[in-house]
Amino acid sequence: MTDTTTNAPADRARTTELGPVGRFLKATEIDTRMLGMVGALLLIWVGLQVISSLRLGVNPFEFDSRTFLTARNLWNLSVQASAVAIMATGMVLVIVMRNIDLSVGSAEGLIGMVMGFAQVHFLVKAVGLELGNPWIWALALAIGIALGLMIGALQGFVIAYMEVPAFIVTLGGLLIWRGAAWWVTSGQTIAPLDATFQLMGGGPQGAIGATWSWIVGLVACLAVVFLLLRGRQQRKRFKFPLRPVWAEALLGAVTCGVILGAIWIANSYPWPIGIVRRYAEANGITIPEGGLFIAHGIAIPVLIAVAVGIVMTFVTNRTRFGRYVFAIGGNPEAANLAGINTRWITMKVFMIMGVLAAISAAVSSARLNSATNSLGTLDELLVIAAAVIGGTSLAGGSGTVAGAMLGALLMQSLQSGMVLLNIDTPLQNIVVGLVLVVAVWLDTLYRKRV
Amino acid sequence: MEQTRIPLVDLKNISIAFGGIRAVDDASVDLYPGEVVALLGHNGAGKSTLIKILSGAYKRDAGTIMVRGEEAAISNPRDAKKYGIETIYQTLALADNVDAAANLFLGREIMTAYGTLDDVAMEAEARKVMGRLNPRFQRFKEPVSKLSGGQRQSVAIARAILFNARILIMDEPTAALGPQETAQVGELVKQLKADGIGIFLISHDIHDVFDLADRVCVMKNGQVVGTARTEDVTKDEVLGMIILGKCPPGATPGPGAMQIAA
Repeated sequence: MTDTTTNAPADRARTTELGPVGRFLKATEIDTRMLGMVGALLLIWVGLQVISSLRLGVNPFEFDSRTFLTARNLWNLSVQASAVAIMATGMVLVIVMRNIDLSVGSAEGLIGMVMGFAQVHFLVKAVGLELGNPWIWALALAIGIALGLMIGALQGFVIAYMEVPAFIVTLGGLLIWRGAAWWVTSGQTIAPLDATFQLMGGGPQGAIGATWSWIVGLVACLAVVFLLLRGRQQRKRFKFPLRPVWAEALLGAVTCGVILGAIWIANSYPWPIGIVRRYAEANGITIPEGGLFIAHGIAIPVLIAVAVGIVMTFVTNRTRFGRYVFAIGGNPEAANLAGINTRWITMKVFMIMGVLAAISAAVSSARLNSATNSLGTLDELLVIAAAVIGGTSLAGGSGTVAGAMLGALLMQSLQSGMVLLNIDTPLQNIVVGLVLVVAVWLDTLYRKRV
Repeated sequence: MEQTRIPLVDLKNISIAFGGIRAVDDASVDLYPGEVVALLGHNGAGKSTLIKILSGAYKRDAGTIMVRGEEAAISNPRDAKKYGIETIYQTLALADNVDAAANLFLGREIMTAYGTLDDVAMEAEARKVMGRLNPRFQRFKEPVSKLSGGQRQSVAIARAILFNARILIMDEPTAALGPQETAQVGELVKQLKADGIGIFLISHDIHDVFDLADRVCVMKNGQVVGTARTEDVTKDEVLGMIILGKCPPGATPGPGAMQIAA
C-alpha cells in the first residue's frame, strides 16, 4: 500500500481514441449537453430568422427590422423569458430531489395579487405612505417574498414531515393559491402599479441604459477571467491536471464575447420616438436632426434573472446545501445514512422555490403594470418544461441551473417566434408540447450514449 | 484477560419489531478494542437489523447500547458517527450521481474559510485515502455510478475509515468483490485491528470471515444462538449453529439456542 497514485496505471477500461472534436471537448472540459442546447437555441434563432424573412420577402441576412433577429425582438425576448427563467432555477433543485412543484404558477398569481394590493391599497391607505414613495416598492416586494417563503415552507413541511407526495401537495397548492388569488380583490385587476415597482418589469425606464450596461459587461468579463485564473491556481495548488492554456484562453474569450455581444444588442435597441420626445421635453434637450438615439441597455428583469441564476448556481455547486440536494436526489437512503437531515433540506428547497415564485411574480406583474388573478397561469408547466429541456432529469440527481435558464430562453424564443409568424395560439401550444417531448427524448438518447 | 477490560461496544437485550415480526429479539453482543467479531446467520436472521440499530439507521424498541462503558443515545446515523461508529452498508449507500470525493465527505464536507465547499481539498484527501486502499483508482472526476463494483466498494470502505472510526461495522463487505480484492479487505481488517479498532463483520458465509474473526456470534430468527471464540469451535460446529441453532460445548449459548431435550 502506497500513498501515491501518480505512478500506478489507471484503473479503468481503456479510453476510446478521441477524434479532434473529442480532444477539443476534453481540453476545454465543456459540457456537451450544454453545447447541444446552445446549438439548438442558435438553430431555432436562425430558423426563425429565415422563415420570418422569407414571409416578408427580404434577405434573411439583411436583418430587416421586422424579422426575428432584431435588437428589439431579442431584447423583448429576454424580458419575457425572465419570469420563467427565475423560477426554473428553483425547479431544478425541486426536480433534482425527485419532487415536483405544480403550484408555482398559482403561487405567482397569489403573490402578484398580494403585492399589487399592498402597493396600491394597503401601504397607501392603511400604512399611510404617499403615492410614489420609494419605500412602497421595497415593502411590497418584501411582503411578496415573505409570502412566497411561507407558501414554500407550508408545502415543504407537508411534503417533508407529513410525508404527503409532492405531486399531491402542490397539485392542491395549484388550486388553493389560484383560488386565494381571486379572494384578494374578489377578482378585480389592480392597475396601475407603483412607478418604482414597475421598473422591475423592464420597458424604457426599467433598463439601465448604455453606459451602465457596458460597465456591467466589463465587470462580468473581469469576473470570468478571475474565476478562470482562480480555478487554475486551485488546481495547481493540489497538482491536479490543468487545462491547456489555449483552452483557458478560448473559454475566456468566448464567454466574454457572448457577454459583450448581448450587451451590444441590448444597447442597439433605442427608446421609441414618443418616449424620447417626452424625455427630451422633460429635460430640456433639443432633439437633433435625424432623432435622438437613447439605448435601452440591459433590462432590469434580465439583470434580476441573471443575478438569481448566479446565486442559485453558487448555491447548488459551492454550498453544503446544494451538495446535499444532489446527494438526496441520487440516493435518498444513502444521504440519510450519511447523517443528512433530508427532511429539512426538502423543506428548504420548497422555501427557495416559494421565494423565487415571489420574485417572478414581481417581475411579471411589473411588466404587465397590473396584478390580475390569472397572472402566471400555466407557468408551472413552462417552468417544469424549461428545467427538463435544460437537462434536469425527472428521475432525480442531475440538472444544472444554467441549463434550465437556457431552457426557458429556448421556449420563449419558440413562442415569440411563432407570435411573430402569426401562428395561432393552439398551434403554438402544439409546437411547444412537441418540442418538450422531443427534447426529453433526445436527452434520453444522449444519456444512453455518454 | 479481555473480560477485565471495558468493551468498546456492548449491545444489551436489543429488540425491534416491524409490524408483527420480531426482527431482533433480546439480542446481546459485545465488542472489544482490536477485536473482530463476526455476526453470522442466514438471510433474515436479524444480523443487519441489529447492526443498523447500532449505526442509528433503525430505532430500537428495547435494550441499551453501551459505548466504552457508558450508555449511548443513538437515534440517528449522526449520533452513531459522534461515537466513532462507522458503517459500510451491504448496499454501500453511495450517492451514485456525485463523485468519489463527494461521497467520502458526504455529511462532513471540508469547507473553505468562506463557508463554501472546498472541493479541491476534498479531492486531495480522497486521493490520499484511495491511494492507500486501491492504488490503481484514478477516476475521481466521475460519478460513482460509472465505477465498477469493486471500486464502489473501496469508496464505501474509504469513507468509513477516513474519519478515525473507533468501531467499524462491515455488512457483507466482500459481497461484490473478486478474490484479489477480498484478500485486500482481509489485509485492511488486520491493519485496522492492529490500530485498536473494533470491527463487526457481518456475513452469511462463514468461509469469508472465520479466519479473520476472533469471535463469532450466530443469530437465527432474530435471536442470538450463541457466541464463541473461533479457536474454541470448528467451522462445522458454527455451521450447526447457523443451520440448526445447536450450540456446541465451546460456545456460550444465547436465548436462541436450541433447547436440548433431556
